Amino acid sequence: MIEMLAERVNSDAMLVKRGRFLSTTFLLEVGPTPWLVVVAEGKIASVTRGPFVMPSWTFALRAPENEWQQFWAARPLPGHHDLMALIKRRALKAEGDLHPFMANLRYFKEALVKLRAEKVAA
Amino acid sequence: MTAQFEPVIGRYMNLDLFGRPHRIYVEEAGEGVPLLCLHTAGSDGRQYRALMNDARITANHRVIAFDMPWHGKSSPPEGWHNEEYQLSSVQYTTMILTIMDALGLDKPIVMGCSIGGRIVLHLALEHPERFSAIIGLQAGAHVDPYYDLNFLHRPDVHGGEVCAAIVSGLVGPDASDRDRWETLWHYMQGGPGVFKGDLYFYKLDGDIRGRVAGIDTSLCPLFLLSGEYDYSCTPEETLAVARSIPGCEVQIMKGLGHFPMSEDPAKFLGYLLPVLERIAAAGKTPRRVVRS
Repeated sequence: MIEMLAERVNSDAMLVKRGRFLSTTFLLEVGPTPWLVVVAEGKIASVTRGPFVMPSWTFALRAPENEWQQFWAARPLPGHHDLMALIKRRALKAEGDLHPFMANLRYFKEALVKLRAEKVAA
Repeated sequence: MTAQFEPVIGRYMNLDLFGRPHRIYVEEAGEGVPLLCLHTAGSDGRQYRALMNDARITANHRVIAFDMPWHGKSSPPEGWHNEEYQLSSVQYTTMILTIMDALGLDKPIVMGCSIGGRIVLHLALEHPERFSAIIGLQAGAHVDPYYDLNFLHRPDVHGGEVCAAIVSGLVGPDASDRDRWETLWHYMQGGPGVFKGDLYFYKLDGDIRGRVAGIDTSLCPLFLLSGEYDYSCTPEETLAVARSIPGCEVQIMKGLGHFPMSEDPAKFLGYLLPVLERIAAAGKTPRRVVRS
């Protein structure tokens, strides 16, 4: 599922444009499974599943698998619906050099929401 | 297309605050019982645009919203360029009471959201005799910092972009794109360091946990309304405040977030109008209600 990130982000022209000054590599940890995501000028250049021997990344986003599952639900419950909500609940750990993450926070929020299940009628 | 003018009138007020001249922007609409509205941190009085355009409110209320100094169309005071803006409880209270006096408001209803929801708890505790009723939106006694506030004000991060991105998830999921992005636009327009300076009050100076139980609702009725998708001031935090104050009325607003009056006015009015009707039916002792 995480692999879909590239196609879903890269097909959103405005999102890619918004990230055009962003090139970075971050670690997305979904429970026990780490993923390395390379962003090049707003496009997702690669998504690689771990485990890794010596991964290099600028920042990491780590949360238990069930937290990500709830975040990626079609209509997440309150407190599960936004990266900052997960951080507030201490469910998501953001660590490393967070400058690119915070400077492009809207980009990362909208990119990761791309993995959300298709919305159904509320 | 013929231009449609809204019934909202804006004026600039010059007055001294904290011993310094200030130029403050004030908007109002309607006639009747004054309803003084306080905006959230890092935003401005436009958050109340829908209330000022809704005849169900303005037929019986004079709705007033001012932009705090440094916010919206209000200027920072002379000398600001060599200062760090930090809002304190004392300044915030003084500002509200001074502007009330300048506008000649006699016992208005005061309604504040977020930092405004916090300061109305201070007002309920310290100046209940000045108000006919107090409404706290997204009101909690304290919020722990949950991100590094320095990211809000540094030259290598766009302040408007990051402030809006920080709060974007505080808008409930059912808000229309129009109202969601209008709400976020106000954040994008905030001056450098202003949101951060407001949060000094919200997360540090304005902590009222130790005193909030001292609010006496027999002196002034207190109503709390909080959106369920707010993770800044959570429903649990609002309910904890309500539980500690005898006579406080509280309701959790389904589907709404941290900016109810701005993000989804129609849904919010469904909760606010009954409260205003209760207040209009004056003199009745507030009755405690539980979470819906």
